[in-house]
Amino acid sequence: MNVIYALWLRQMKRFGRSRARIISTLGQPVLYLLALGFGFGPIYQRAGQGNYIQFLAPGIIGMTILAASMLSGVELIWDRQFGFFKEMLVAPVPRITIMIGRTLGGASVAILQGLLVTVISLLAGFRNANPKGWLFALVFMALMALTFTAFGTAAASLISDFQAFQLVGNFVIMPMFFLSGALFPLKDAPRVLQILARLDPVSYGVDGLRAALNGGGSHFGVAVDLGVLCVIAAGLLALGAFLFSKIQI
Amino acid sequence: MIRVQNLIKRYGDFVAVQDISFEVPEGEIFAFLGPNGAGKTTTIKMLTTLMKPTSGKVELDGLDPSVEPNEVRKRFGIVFQDPSLDDQLTVIENMDLHCVLYNVPRALRAARMERLLTLFELWDRRNDQSKLLSGGMKRRLEIARGLLHTPKIVFLDEPTLGLDPQTRNALWTHIQALNREERVTVFLTTHYMEEAERVAHRIAIIDHGKIVAQGTAQELKTQTRAESLEMAFLALTGKSIREESASSAPSTRRLQRLRRRGSRQ
Repeated sequence: MNVIYALWLRQMKRFGRSRARIISTLGQPVLYLLALGFGFGPIYQRAGQGNYIQFLAPGIIGMTILAASMLSGVELIWDRQFGFFKEMLVAPVPRITIMIGRTLGGASVAILQGLLVTVISLLAGFRNANPKGWLFALVFMALMALTFTAFGTAAASLISDFQAFQLVGNFVIMPMFFLSGALFPLKDAPRVLQILARLDPVSYGVDGLRAALNGGGSHFGVAVDLGVLCVIAAGLLALGAFLFSKIQI
Repeated sequence: MIRVQNLIKRYGDFVAVQDISFEVPEGEIFAFLGPNGAGKTTTIKMLTTLMKPTSGKVELDGLDPSVEPNEVRKRFGIVFQDPSLDDQLTVIENMDLHCVLYNVPRALRAARMERLLTLFELWDRRNDQSKLLSGGMKRRLEIARGLLHTPKIVFLDEPTLGLDPQTRNALWTHIQALNREERVTVFLTTHYMEEAERVAHRIAIIDHGKIVAQGTAQELKTQTRAESLEMAFLALTGKSIREESASSAPSTRRLQRLRRRGSRQ
């Protein structure tokens, strides 16, 4: 328990101390929110869909959490290359404890970033129609953060260099984000897109977030969102723990 | 305390450790010497649960590291050859995290951290992030950290690399005192022969993954009719400089293997 807390605290400290990292991980979501939000806003309105910022913000919050969670995989590679990882591995602590501490730390950092982007969205004009929705939104943020931190850990357990890990970013994360319905409504999307979105775990997170924050109906149904995310989170945590336990240096 | 029998480690067709056997009784200071790339670090990794041997038997305090890694980990402390600090944490935070990882009783932590940081002259820098420390200071911090939880066995993988004579002297004096007073078994590697001669009760020399000689410094000198341990070492391992770098990351090995294959063709 102490170990989990200590490793969690370590990651929080590292996050707090690295201003460059905070800025760089917030830069992209802010750009998306402002450029797309205000750029497409008028067209979206004219198409009779209402306020685009209102639609987009939950998607961008989801994207922030996705990217921040994956970054904890980068951190694992970082620890490995800079040696701290060895210090953890020779400690008389079960690997699973280390994995849990790291995952909780990474997920907490991701949630924090998601909250920061939420604040920025509010400044950009986003309004939450349903005050009780905040709590639900937090649940979805946490589930997404856990899911993708576990995914990052699993990937980083297999891949030990930065360049290769970037491929995961480009060929897994970006498609997962763009196909998730974060940027456009899935309702009227072509059938192929709809099917792809159904296969994409990010879709359920974004859909759940949107339902929680906008108060409107959800595309898949909140219960489905919750159920699918829980199953995927559990599966990826198990996979991450297994791969993490196999790391040798 | 340490028993190794017919230990082998292969990476593909490259054999890093070829069938080595040795024993280190409790309370002994044992030096493991060899040129770069001889297999020292690989052996230490297998002894300290970081790597699984291809074949052979390893025992630490009667336990097999690949069967009961956690029990084994409770019994040793290690100073790695390459850096292993979290450079965004402060000196004291690095020490404190280690105490948590090794379950050092809370009541003892503060006093022990202060004693070790004072000994290695880092107490004044305790609130600095470790990335701000000089190379030698980082090394000192790693050594201080490795000694925080009084282990039964201490592994020191080239601990004095890059340290000034004062710090080296302080380190060995402290290690010898630990060994004398608390019967801590010490397994060390170094490239400084005079250090091995000064502190080690027994020495093994490894080259190309094989142990080429074992004994006290005097025995090794007699065996090779050399005047100093350094001459004995050169007599046993030859004078050619090794191409292998100090790093033994599998990826480096793979590259080197490719290079070696390339040069053979």
